[in-house]
Amino acid sequence: MAELTHIAHSVALEGESALPKPETPIQEAWRIFQQDRLALSGLVVLALLVTLAVAGKVLTEWIIIFDPATVRLPDKFLPPLSSVSPDLIPAAHHPFGGIYLLGTDELGRDVFARILQGSFVSLSIGFIAVSISVTIGIILGGLSGFYGNLKLGPISVDTLIMRFTDIMLCFPTFFLILTVVALLPPSIYNIMIVIGLTSWMTTARFVRAEFLTLREQDFVVAAQALGLPERRIIFRHMVPNAIAPVLVSATIGVAGAILTESGLSFLGFGVQPPYATWGNILASGRGFIFDAPWLFFIPGIAIFVVVLAFNLVGEGLREALNPRLRNR
Amino acid sequence: MWAFLFRAILQRLVLLVIISMIAFSIVHLAPGEPSEVDPANPRMKPEDIARIRAAFHLDEPLYLQYTYWLRDLATGELKSFKDSQPVLPKIWRRFLNSLPLFICATLIVWSLSFPTGIQAAVQRGSPFDRSTTFVAYAFISIPGFFLSYLAIQWVVDIFNVPIIGMRTFGMENAQPAFRWMDRLWHLVVPSLMSAIAGIAILSRYVRSQMLEVIRQDYVRTARAKGLTEESVIYRHALRNALLPFVTMFGFLLPGLIGGSVIFEQIFAWPGLGRLGYEAILARDFPVILTINFIAAALTLVGTLVSDVLYAVVDPRIRLQ
Repeated sequence: MAELTHIAHSVALEGESALPKPETPIQEAWRIFQQDRLALSGLVVLALLVTLAVAGKVLTEWIIIFDPATVRLPDKFLPPLSSVSPDLIPAAHHPFGGIYLLGTDELGRDVFARILQGSFVSLSIGFIAVSISVTIGIILGGLSGFYGNLKLGPISVDTLIMRFTDIMLCFPTFFLILTVVALLPPSIYNIMIVIGLTSWMTTARFVRAEFLTLREQDFVVAAQALGLPERRIIFRHMVPNAIAPVLVSATIGVAGAILTESGLSFLGFGVQPPYATWGNILASGRGFIFDAPWLFFIPGIAIFVVVLAFNLVGEGLREALNPRLRNR
Repeated sequence: MWAFLFRAILQRLVLLVIISMIAFSIVHLAPGEPSEVDPANPRMKPEDIARIRAAFHLDEPLYLQYTYWLRDLATGELKSFKDSQPVLPKIWRRFLNSLPLFICATLIVWSLSFPTGIQAAVQRGSPFDRSTTFVAYAFISIPGFFLSYLAIQWVVDIFNVPIIGMRTFGMENAQPAFRWMDRLWHLVVPSLMSAIAGIAILSRYVRSQMLEVIRQDYVRTARAKGLTEESVIYRHALRNALLPFVTMFGFLLPGLIGGSVIFEQIFAWPGLGRLGYEAILARDFPVILTINFIAAALTLVGTLVSDVLYAVVDPRIRLQ
């Protein structure tokens, strides 16, 4: 008997050493994501950006080390890395270390401080707009996918919501955003909300499609047979399984929102002063493209790098989260 | 087929009415009115504002204003708030200006993205594939007006030619041949710039469609039969990969209006997008609403055309 258990034990041990521990889906996705060097470098850029944005919020608004608002007219249009003119500028208005890291603009404001402040504003526009659109998309898509067969009078919930999505898709998006932003009083919150309200349609469609397939799957049927409340089935069992395409489109959506904001700034409807965003630094810098090229190139390249990073990470996530694309 | 068409058209008409209602309420309920565009003007007296409001029906209830707008649009008597010009001819003139830009950009997009996408898919993982992927992402990520300004600066520096606007000022009396060359030249940079994002998106899409098709059994069969690689790729794979793009012809139409605002603004191109932008600035509600209406109508026509085309090209799909 003792021998038998010994054999069983050794077999079990052998089995363990022969079969590696199964990966969780997240570990597997991370392993595939890591193989994509472009996506990985995008992720590094984004990590740096988030640090920069938080630092920007702290250092320009709470502990003012870099002051984005001080106007120093004697020091206007200084190129990057030039030092402050000590006899013209009062000591209280000197930039950190006496050097303008990225030069000054047409009012002698420190471009580095403005970029730092703008990184937080630009990033929060992207994130908040996308949170709004993802929330609306998940709610409408989920309702339509889960309660689609429910009848409201003559038409079903699914028809109602999907027709509404079709209607929203018929509006020329940028023109609609422009109209609404131009008619509303200028405010940073309006821009976030309007971008969010006009970009939820693809998310809603993805979630609906995922829910329609998930609803028929065994684990959902089993959860229903166990008598779990619908709230729990939806949020604990179905949403986590439908989240992959949403995550991808959200990442790419942040990139789109940052670009849209810069486009609005270009047309003069973007975030208004005193807020600095990369979009409006770039838009006001375009007037000085010959005299002070750094005012144009620094925010332009910053937007380009960050949007590129979001797009690359989104694409890496798509590859990593979608089993159908693998090993092809 | 006819029953399908009838139902589809009816459905889209209902959608169009709902869309125009939503657009109407957004524009009219938002703060800001045509009478308030110039509040600092000392010559604007309260009675003038009252007269303007009465002339534009702005004091009437919203549903009445909507029916007025719809009636005037249908009879073609809709007038702009800004200059009392009829709206439809105004839009038509700008549309004719936008059209060459749109056609050129579309031609550039389609003729560049297909070869790139197909090559990238065929040589998956090769340096060509990886570099075009990266370039495509770069094209999507760069702000359009940033790149356009760089291009303008570069072209003007190197070739020393004007590229803003539709034609060079003072060329009106030149020989027709020179006038045409001048107009063609002015088309090049704007259409290239507005094509950039399209090239990136479409070439990625072509690539993924080709990858999807190349894995199929009939492609393996074609290879096994001993056909040449060109024949396998272009006759067996490409034809099937092309199916979804037939539908994209339908979605091209609305692009005429939506994406052109920024580029027409940069290149001072008197097109539809810029007309919309000017109308927004002037709170010119009839023009804004009509442009929006036309855009929505074009989108709906586009989806219908793509549905029908799909059924025509792919015998597996039946319209019911």
